[in-house]
Amino acid sequence: MKRLVLALVVLLFVLHQDVWWWDRIDPVVLGFMPIGLAFHVLLSILTAMVYALALKYWWPSDVDVADHEAAAPRKTGAEL
Amino acid sequence: MIPLWIILGYLVVLLLLGFASNRVSTGTQVDYFLASRGVGPVMLLMSLFGTTMTAFAVVGSSGEASQTGIGVYGLMASASGIVHALCFFLVGMKLWAFGKRHGYLTQIEFFRDRFESDAIGLLLFPLLVLMLFPYLLTGVLGLGGCITGVTTGAFPDVFKSTNGAIPPWLGEGIIVSVVLVYIFVGGVRSTLWVNAFQNVLFMGVGIVAMFVIAEKMGGFENATRLAREKNPSLLKRTMDEADKPRYEAAMVGYETKLSVWKETKVGPAPRKPHKPGIDPLDWLSYMLIPLSVAVFPHLFQYYLTAKSAKAFKLSVVGHPIFVMITWLPCVLLGVWFVTGEVNGKSILPPDADPNRVLAMGIKGITGPVLSGLMAAGILATNSLDAQFLVLGNMFTNDIVAHYAGRERFSEKQLLRMGRAFVVGVVVLTYIVSLTEPRSVFKLGTWCFSGFAGLFPLTIAAIYWRRATKWGAIASILAGGVAWLWMFHDSGYGSQEDYHFMGWMPVAPIVAVATMALIGVSMMSRPPTNRTLEKFFALGVK
Repeated sequence: MKRLVLALVVLLFVLHQDVWWWDRIDPVVLGFMPIGLAFHVLLSILTAMVYALALKYWWPSDVDVADHEAAAPRKTGAEL
Repeated sequence: MIPLWIILGYLVVLLLLGFASNRVSTGTQVDYFLASRGVGPVMLLMSLFGTTMTAFAVVGSSGEASQTGIGVYGLMASASGIVHALCFFLVGMKLWAFGKRHGYLTQIEFFRDRFESDAIGLLLFPLLVLMLFPYLLTGVLGLGGCITGVTTGAFPDVFKSTNGAIPPWLGEGIIVSVVLVYIFVGGVRSTLWVNAFQNVLFMGVGIVAMFVIAEKMGGFENATRLAREKNPSLLKRTMDEADKPRYEAAMVGYETKLSVWKETKVGPAPRKPHKPGIDPLDWLSYMLIPLSVAVFPHLFQYYLTAKSAKAFKLSVVGHPIFVMITWLPCVLLGVWFVTGEVNGKSILPPDADPNRVLAMGIKGITGPVLSGLMAAGILATNSLDAQFLVLGNMFTNDIVAHYAGRERFSEKQLLRMGRAFVVGVVVLTYIVSLTEPRSVFKLGTWCFSGFAGLFPLTIAAIYWRRATKWGAIASILAGGVAWLWMFHDSGYGSQEDYHFMGWMPVAPIVAVATMALIGVSMMSRPPTNRTLEKFFALGVK
């Protein structure tokens, strides 16, 4: 699953290059969004979905820091 | 006067939020600069999103869309959604974990420790400050200009030289004073609360403005139909055949005006007509610009405020959606305004200043309430507070406490010092802004490329065990030299469409910095086991 998520993240970057709609206005989605705009709005939504999967299946093992692992407050001088 | 009252109300709310946030302060440095590392998912999303969405997102996107068209959304918004959120995931969470585990307060403390080098701090400190300062100045100047624009005619007897508008020096003074008061009393917590309020404001106003204006223009479909009839290039990313004669005629007019201007040098130089369309190589290299969010010192500071790594989850998923909610109305309005008509009359004059497209459009076809709310929304899109605060933090911890010895100062003294530095940075910024350094706008855009040039260093510090001190220093120097050389080659930013071998400057800067980092790291002694254990031991379990 981790590999699939990684592939999907790479796919987001590939889809972002959408050279296939560079010179097109049609179809105009919902009657007001040219395809070059509608596709990228959809890509924003897709990005959120892919990253939700990444968080689930690609969560790094070393970022959960418990309070007891935290650094002690730094030493400062005595209060004056 | 209604817009003025709305702006005043907005500024009062910021002050109230600042004082309210002070009531939960614990009076320590960690609380003042990092909100005691206790920020939850919602506030973290609000702060990260609010800080990455500068005034450019609202004002600049509409102006750019009025010239370049709908492609601006893909060029900047969907790209930012992909790259920013990935940076939060790959960089932000890791830096937060290092910060919590080893007690870092600043970015430079992390780099010093990771690369076992005090010198890297001395190299990075002036670089970060010098790149952040123009960014800060553009914010102050832009917001001062916004107040001047909105208040035109409000005080005809008081400010005669500015057509009754609050002059920039006063507008800038009001803005920095309000920001100074709330960050002085509330620290980073006040900026979190203010960011949350600002995000709701500018997203809400953008959506409402889009619906109101579409309705005035005869509906969404009609607004886009007018754009298609009058300027079809705005609805795609190449120049439409129908627009070629207009562009060619505009270029002829420009050449004529330019030759006259070169002889007389009277007034400002004529503006070159914008060539419709987006170059695919620009599109590709622009994707590197948002990498700067992994490096901005003020974002680093926000990363450290998180309560846990899990607090980042909402930011990673929500950020692309928030970017969409903010940018879609701005891009559509930019396109609609430039081609739109209301009652048979064009909304904008033919040569409207792109930076004023949004304000002029809204003022032209809606009432003073929406106009005032939009002005407040524009004022809300700034990250001055976080930038002022992080500079104060860096001066206190990276310079004074680091070199004079933290033990020499009590917690209260460090906090007082931090506040004093914040005041100093604010006052200095204001004084410099009074000199009206307009060229700073050109420098500001170059600073983003400079920050992106430090991305290879950041990502290697986190993920590449073999990255060494000398590799890091070489990367900073190589990226810096490449930046300086191209900045000089572009006439210090005056050549706005400057490219190096067809690429935007950010691409060669990142490439050179990466090559230097890898090459020199491989040739130098690896980091010590102590450092590897400190930063990588858990990751390889």
